[in-house]
Amino acid sequence: MTLLEAEGLRTVYGEGCSACLDATGPAEGTNQCPHCGSVVACAEADLSVAAGEVLGIVGESGSGKSSLAELLALEHNPDATTGGTVSYGDRPGNLLDVDYQTRHDLRTGEIALVHQHIRDGLTLDFTGGGNVAEKLLSAGWRSYADVRERVEELFAETEIPLDRMDDPTHTYSGGMQRRVQIARALATDPDLIVLDEPTTGLDVSIQARVLDTFRRVQREEGVAAIVVSHDLGVVRLLADRTLVMRHGRVVESGLTDRIMEDPHHNYTQTLINSVL
Amino acid sequence: MTAIAVDGLGKTFDMHVLDDHEVVGLADVSFDVREGEFLAVVGESGSGKSSLLKCLYRTYEPTAGAIHYYGDDRIVNLATCDDRTVIAMRDGTIGYASQFLEEIPRVPAVDVVARPLIEDGCDTKTARAQARALLSRLDVPEQLWDAYPATFSGGERQRVNLAQALAPNPDVLLLDEPTSALDPGTRRAAIDLLETYLDESTTVIGVFHDTDVVRTVADRILVLADGRLERIAPVEALDREVLVG
Ligand SMILES: Nc1ncnc2c1ncn2[C@@H]1O[C@H](COP(=O)(O)OP(=O)(O)OP(=O)(O)O)[C@@H](O)[C@H]1O
Ligand SMILES: Nc1ncnc2c1ncn2[C@@H]1O[C@H](COP(=O)(O)OP(=O)(O)OP(=O)(O)O)[C@@H](O)[C@H]1O
Ligand SMILES: [Mg+2]
Ligand SMILES: [Mg+2]
Ligand SMILES: [Zn+2]
Repeated sequence: MTLLEAEGLRTVYGEGCSACLDATGPAEGTNQCPHCGSVVACAEADLSVAAGEVLGIVGESGSGKSSLAELLALEHNPDATTGGTVSYGDRPGNLLDVDYQTRHDLRTGEIALVHQHIRDGLTLDFTGGGNVAEKLLSAGWRSYADVRERVEELFAETEIPLDRMDDPTHTYSGGMQRRVQIARALATDPDLIVLDEPTTGLDVSIQARVLDTFRRVQREEGVAAIVVSHDLGVVRLLADRTLVMRHGRVVESGLTDRIMEDPHHNYTQTLINSVL
Repeated sequence: MTAIAVDGLGKTFDMHVLDDHEVVGLADVSFDVREGEFLAVVGESGSGKSSLLKCLYRTYEPTAGAIHYYGDDRIVNLATCDDRTVIAMRDGTIGYASQFLEEIPRVPAVDVVARPLIEDGCDTKTARAQARALLSRLDVPEQLWDAYPATFSGGERQRVNLAQALAPNPDVLLLDEPTSALDPGTRRAAIDLLETYLDESTTVIGVFHDTDVVRTVADRILVLADGRLERIAPVEALDREVLVG
């Protein structure tokens, strides 16, 4: 069952002009329009995610992965012009056009984002528990006892030591901060989690443990996920299907093992060969 | 009854990084496999054995031809069906084991084997019990069952890999040299398991290193040369063939 279907997703930084799309992309070798200077961070991106499925998005730095992820997670972007359609479940209409309240409800309910940059996702002066509780409160939870109980449950699920719950988040290790982000994302039992670079800034051994935790929880909860990473290993471990991006466009998509072992596009072949 | 009909299968690799030259993995391969049949694929190194299995599993996307899978209630062309159909069929209908265990960090051996069962709807306890039984039958030492395969020897990992592929008892099982790292004793255990664990109706297509293994398990052999089907013959014709490179 298709959970989310997106067509023609586009994020442009700058004024934009009529030549932007033709003048950018993999064939042009740039995401910056030579006519108007705008950056076409992503464009013409189509994708779909089924319930419980994990979709990977890979590509080099600046290829537009976060821009695409933020659109899909309904993150408001005041700096950019955005376009395209996102249909979701059996909801009518385009999720990118919904009013403020509906977007707020979706983002505290069905669709969660784990930001690439921890400071965008967490308030580091708050306690770890407070960061997770805040999500529940903004989703309308009111009982202190219920919130506390749910936060404890999420700490256990994501393997964060419970006795650190009331310490400020800036005193946590990088791995623990990621776990708090994941706990926060899971808090209201979303249908879809968008994870942007879940392992950046972590030691290799910590990376594997954070990914293990996420993989276990993802399967147990049956939650669908979009996992963005420049690291093919991350996507290989987590994703059923994968999209490859370059200069703001999706150049190839398919079963993750097919992308890795039988890459078709010139760029994908280079990407795969560079890690072998 | 036909389980799989392969018709004009071709796989060409476009190597963009090497001045766009083309590598032919398979060309115009056609054959049928009956339900419950055990077909051994033989041929020299580079003849296309692994490519054939990977096309059947869709790890490689065929560039020509059809692969019709005849299920109980439907016929699926595995060469062209959409990715989600492939994903669904990999859950218990089509299994694949290569020579190498895909590294999944920090999952104990027993859970590696139990996972496909759990995903198939089995409860965790039953799945683990079945996984332990399989590991035991493959002579994987008991003290390893709860350890991480990353630290295992080649042969131990290979047996975990085989157990994982066998566990859900798929309708079609694809095996690419699944016993290459095993000593004669454990290889024997693996072959016994192949013969006894699987249903009568399981169709197996496999590549094996060892002539004795092929003689014991296979019904027919399919001979590949330079990506083309040379012939398909009863296993008795094996003597004259090179198994692998
Ligand atoms: N606020 C902004 N203003 C202008 N340009 C931006 C802004 N944010 C991103 N960009 C540009 O948009 C393009 C895509 O950026 P994006 O962050 O989506 O890439 P990415 O694939 O996530 O990269 P990374 O792997 O480094 O995280 C880049 O060229 C980037 O410089
Ligand atoms: N992913 C790939 N990309 C490019 N060429 C490939 C790829 N996979 C296989 N080939 C080529 O296809 C041909 C058949 O290879 P394949 O691996 O199927 O042979 P094989 O019979 O399994 O050999 P071996 O006995 O050595 O395992 C070879 O020329 C090989 O180089
Ligand atoms: Mg990014
Ligand atoms: Mg081979
Ligand atoms: Zn422009």
